[in-house]
This record gives sequence, structure tokens and C-alpha cells, in this order.
Amino acid sequence: MEAAPLVIDVTGINKHFGDKHVVKDLALQVRQGEIFGFLGPNGSGKTTSIRMLCGLLTPDSGQGTCLGLDVLTESAAIKRQVGYMTQKFSLWDDLTIAENLDFVARMFGMDNRRAAVDQALEELGLTGRRHQLAGTLSGGWKQRLALASCLLHRPRLLLLDEPTAGVDPKARRDFWEEIHHLSAAGITVLVSTHYMDEAERCHRLAYIAYGNLLASGTADEVVAGQGLHTWEISGDGHNHLGPLAERLRQLPGVDLVASFGAALHVSGRDGPLLQASLEAKLRDNKVKITAVPASLEDAFIHLMQHSDDPLGN
Amino acid sequence: MARPFFPKTFSLSRWLGILIKEFIQLKRDRLTFGMIVGIPIIQLLLFGFAINSDPKHLPTAVVMADPGPFARAYVAAMQNSDYFRIVGSVDEKEASDLLDRSQVQFVVTFPPGFHRDLVRGKAPTLLVEADATDPMAAGGAISVLNKLGMEVFAPDLPGLEKPVAPPVELRVHRRYNAEGLTSYNVVPGLLGVILTMTMVLMTGLAMTRERERGTFENLLATPATPLEVMTGKIVPYILIGLIQVTLILLAARFIFDVPMHGSLILLYAVVLLFICANLTLGITFSSIARNQLQAMQMTFFFFLPSMLLSGFMFPFRGMPEWAQVVGNVLPLTHFLILVRGILLKGNGLDMLWPQVWPILAFMAAVLALGLKTFRRTLD
Ligand SMILES: Nc1ncnc2c1ncn2[C@@H]1O[C@H](COP(=O)(O)OP(=O)(O)O)[C@@H](O)[C@H]1O
Ligand SMILES: [Mg+2]
Repeated sequence: MEAAPLVIDVTGINKHFGDKHVVKDLALQVRQGEIFGFLGPNGSGKTTSIRMLCGLLTPDSGQGTCLGLDVLTESAAIKRQVGYMTQKFSLWDDLTIAENLDFVARMFGMDNRRAAVDQALEELGLTGRRHQLAGTLSGGWKQRLALASCLLHRPRLLLLDEPTAGVDPKARRDFWEEIHHLSAAGITVLVSTHYMDEAERCHRLAYIAYGNLLASGTADEVVAGQGLHTWEISGDGHNHLGPLAERLRQLPGVDLVASFGAALHVSGRDGPLLQASLEAKLRDNKVKITAVPASLEDAFIHLMQHSDDPLGN
Repeated sequence: MARPFFPKTFSLSRWLGILIKEFIQLKRDRLTFGMIVGIPIIQLLLFGFAINSDPKHLPTAVVMADPGPFARAYVAAMQNSDYFRIVGSVDEKEASDLLDRSQVQFVVTFPPGFHRDLVRGKAPTLLVEADATDPMAAGGAISVLNKLGMEVFAPDLPGLEKPVAPPVELRVHRRYNAEGLTSYNVVPGLLGVILTMTMVLMTGLAMTRERERGTFENLLATPATPLEVMTGKIVPYILIGLIQVTLILLAARFIFDVPMHGSLILLYAVVLLFICANLTLGITFSSIARNQLQAMQMTFFFFLPSMLLSGFMFPFRGMPEWAQVVGNVLPLTHFLILVRGILLKGNGLDMLWPQVWPILAFMAAVLALGLKTFRRTLD
């Protein structure tokens, strides 16, 4: 995988809206066939970054290539080889499913348009509903239609902006199966998401908060990069750990307390200090303390809490 | 890496795709469809009927400073003409009052010595004061008054077989609106006004609608070029414009009896040019405006001067110079001259060029602006 060529290679990308600095010195490297997860809280600049990659927004500064083409000057050529799925459903509500696909196929100048549309409908399992208006589809179906429409012209790079927001777990699962199939076929996928389980399904990740790229790498690298020591505190299942969480937060060495079902995850960068604090505090409580490896979620919550929001979002 | 070469040419197939999409969407958009048929009909009803029905039985007061058989005969003839309804005989002050309060449309004054002067062939003055706030209403009736003068007085006057001069001098004072317009001007004008309004507005909304619904992002993510998108969105509206024109012309011919002297083909050619000019403007507004409201405001910003300064509302030659300069830029000004020329005067192709090139120039300038401001990005 490391030998695969870079499909996205950009550095120093900046974008302002008015006096809001929305994306700051973004650097991204995505290799061919990779599934690259793009994470970060709302308003952190994910959509803006993706739009800049496919030429829908012009960066204020920066340079780099996408599919070997210059992101600043060759966006027209980039568009032909990129499948972009917008965050909000943006196909035409007042066109039918088939008409939408047909329109997109025409826009990309496909020779075998009819066959491609029929095949896409077949694969979607929507052949029987081809004359239904797209606006009347449910969220999950809209998402599948949107994916099918941006795959129609056989792009080499997929940019998916929160594709599974508001989609049920089964549909989400099928969706990720499909993404992995595409990746295996050599298509590069950059996908933004809020879901931790989805982040774990990506080959590599980037975490962006308020325009700053805070961490990137494989899931393990991102977790290790936070240098967190984590203890799991579990009761006997009957007593409520909520009040305890509040008290633990005040302790020296505790950077982060997060609830995981009936257990608490307490993390800190300073391992020995954290351990000492916990042992002193919890000696009398009837709880079990075990050292666990920090999870990706611990790492992200830590990242999120320790990134200031200079924009006041 | 192989870098595919994509020439920046116009793709007919993409253009066709946009066209088909617009047609389908238009077909499903009931509101717009309603506007297409509704606006011409409503405007025709509002303007056409109000103006062209050649109103009759207009309330008229008579000031008799010199009652006599001729004066009485004249008043009776007025009554018989159906154009006037004599509300009574009043004095001068009362008459002026009635006119001010819009109780009467006309005041006809027979001056002292009317009978004597008439008999002596001295052509006495018959003063007609007209409330010309609605010049259309007054127009027909005044022309009837002129005829009546000849018919009523001429045969009874001794010593004259064929009057060389009218026996009475009709002096008409149009109050409140010195200029009068003739009704035939209106339907051609209406053609231009309706086209300006609907064509600019509908295309003005075409692109901003995509932007508001978020579908513009999808369109931008495809390789479609600005020229393909803009012209592809225009074409369906050309057809709509032609349908509207046909509706209006049918109404003009069969409901309002507007004469049609010139060539219909020539008329449609001129109409097509005018439609294209307006659509170009609309689509340019559409690419400048951020949302549908702004597009709507731009349309009305353009529509108002078009109504006021083109010669539709006020006679063009009566306007101050600066207004004429502005008016000359507007396509409607030239369109009105073209259509009146073809419909009413039967003008041929050779006489049209002075009005055609300004419309072409307007269109070229606006298209250039539109292509320049078309945002390929979401910035
Ligand atoms: N077209 C725009 N004009 C002005 N501000 C914008 C625009 N698009 C996004 N923003 C602002 O930029 C910031 C980042 O937005 P976005 O990229 O959508 O974040 P994310 O996708 O991570 O939620 C937000 O504060 C948002 O309000
Ligand atoms: Mg977003």
C-alpha cells in the first residue's frame, strides 16, 4: 500500500470566508486505493476542504495536485475523474431516479449512457421504481442513489461528505461494504464522518478542528500520537457511575473522563500521576480499575476537548 | 500519469442534457406553468380590456351660456351617439367642481353668442374639457365630438352647400394629462411588457433556484461549462415566449380588433430577437443574484424603467433627454417601434435595422457580462 502513488497531495491550503479563517495550512496525502477518513466537529472545515479538492471552491493559497492535476488551475479536468457526493442530497427532487442518472451521465459525456444508467438502476435494485421522483425517496435510498450517480462515470477518486448522516445501521453497513469493494478495485475514497465505527473502518485518518489539522495517520498512529494512558472503571453494574465521573474530572492527572456504557474511561497523558490519583480516590469505592489501551474515541474526545475554538463556533 | 486532453469546446450532448432537464422540470413546476399562461391573460384583461373597450356613456355636464336650437340639437346628438351620458346643465363653477371630483368625464361649454356666431358663419368655439387622466377613455369620445360638429350643424346652415371649414371650432382641453395615447399602441406595447416581465423573471429564477436547493453544487461538480448551462436553460423559455406571443396576438386580433398590416413571419422574427435579449438578461441576473429574492428584485429594477422610459407609458419624444438616452438602451423601446411598425404600418424588413442593431448590441453586452460573472465555483 505504501508504494501506491499519491492521488491527493496538497500542502498549505488556506481558505477564508470574509474574515473567518476556515481552513488553515491544510496538508493532505492520500494514496491510491486508500480509504481516507476525514474527521472533526461540525464547522471545522471538512466540507470546505473537500470542495477545494474538487474545484468547487478556490483556495486562497496553497498548492498541490489531485489525480496528478493541479488543484488550482486544472479543476475542470479534475472534475471529470472525481465522484463528489455532497453532504446534503443535491440531486434534483423533481426529476425521477432514472432522469437524474441520465442527466448526470449526459453531463459526463458518457457514450454508453443508456446501458450505464440501466446497470446502475439494476445494481441499486431500483429498476422497478425508476419513474419515482427522487424527492420522494427515503434518506437511505437517497444516499444510495447519490452514490450511484457519482460512480456512474467511473471516477478514480471518490469524495464523500458525511455520506451516512441520517442513515440506518443496516444501510450504513452495506454502504461501507460497497466502499471497501471500490477501494479493492483501486478507487481512492476520501470520506468525512462523525461516526467512530466508520473511522475505524478507514485505512488512514485525519482529524481537523476549527480549520487546523490536528492529527493524521492510521487509527493506531492517531491514538498513539495522543500519548494517552487509559483506565477503565467498572462498578458491579448496579451503582450509577455518573456522580463519580464528576469527581474524577477534578483529580490531578485526569485529562478526560468518558462514559462507555456501564463503565468509565479515564485518560491522561501523565500515566503515573493519573494512576496515583485514581488509586488514592477509588481505594474505598467498590469499583474495579483496569488499565486498557486507549481507544480511537478516547483519542478523538481528547483532541476535541483540547482544541480551542478561536472562531467561536 | 496520462493527462487526458479536454478541449474547452461546446458539447452538444451536454447542452441537450441541460435542455431536456429544464423541460422536464418546467413540465412538473405547476407554479411557473401557471405564471406562463396566467401573466399574459391577467395583463391582457387588465390593460387590454380597460383600454380597448372604447368606453361609452361617459358622464358629461353641459354649460349652456347661450341656449338655442343648435345647441340643443348638438346635445341631443351627443346623447344619441352613445358615447356621452348628459348628467345635466350646470354653471361654470359647478362644472369645474364636477370635473375635479371625477363626477364627470367631460364638460361641454356653449359660449355666449354661440347661436348668433354660428348662423353668421363665424365658427364659434365649442369648449370641451376632458378628464384625461385616462387618455384612452377620452380619445374615442373626442373624435366623435368632431364628427358631430359637421353632421349637426352643416345641413341646417343657410348659404353653404359644402362647408369649407368646420362650422364650429372645437377646442379640447385635456385636463390632468396633456398627452394622449391611442389604443392601438397598447396591445403591441403589452406584447413587449409581458415578454420583458415573464422572460426576465423566469430565467432570473432558473439558476438561483438551483443555488437555493443545493443542486447547483452537483451541477458545478460536473464538467458542464457556463455557456452550456446558460444557453441550455434559456431555450425552453424561448418556446414559452413564443406561446405567450401567440396567445396575445390571437387576443389582439380577435378580441381587441387590432389591425395587422405587416408580415407575421417578420413579426415573429422580431419577437424571437426580443425574447432572446430578455432571456440573456434574465440568465445573467440569475448568475449574479445569490438567491431568488435578489433575482426578483433585479428583475423589477429592470422592469420599471422598461415600462416607464420605453414609450409604453409616456410618449417617447415627450421625455426629457436623459430619459431618452436611458430609454434607447432598453430593448423594449426598440421593440415597441418595431412591432408598431410591422403591425400598424406594415413596415418591411428594410426598415427594421435601425431598431434591430441596438437590441443585438444589448444582448451581446449582457451575455458577455453573464459569462464573466457566472461562478464556476461556490465562492
Ligand atoms: N459559503 C460560505 N460562506 C461563509 N462561510 C462559510 C461558507 N461555507 C462554510 N462556511 C463556514 O466555514 C466553516 C466551516 O464549514 P464547513 O466546511 O461546512 O465545516 P464542516 O463540513 O466541517 O462542518 C463554518 O464556520 C461555516 O459556517
Ligand atoms: Mg460539512
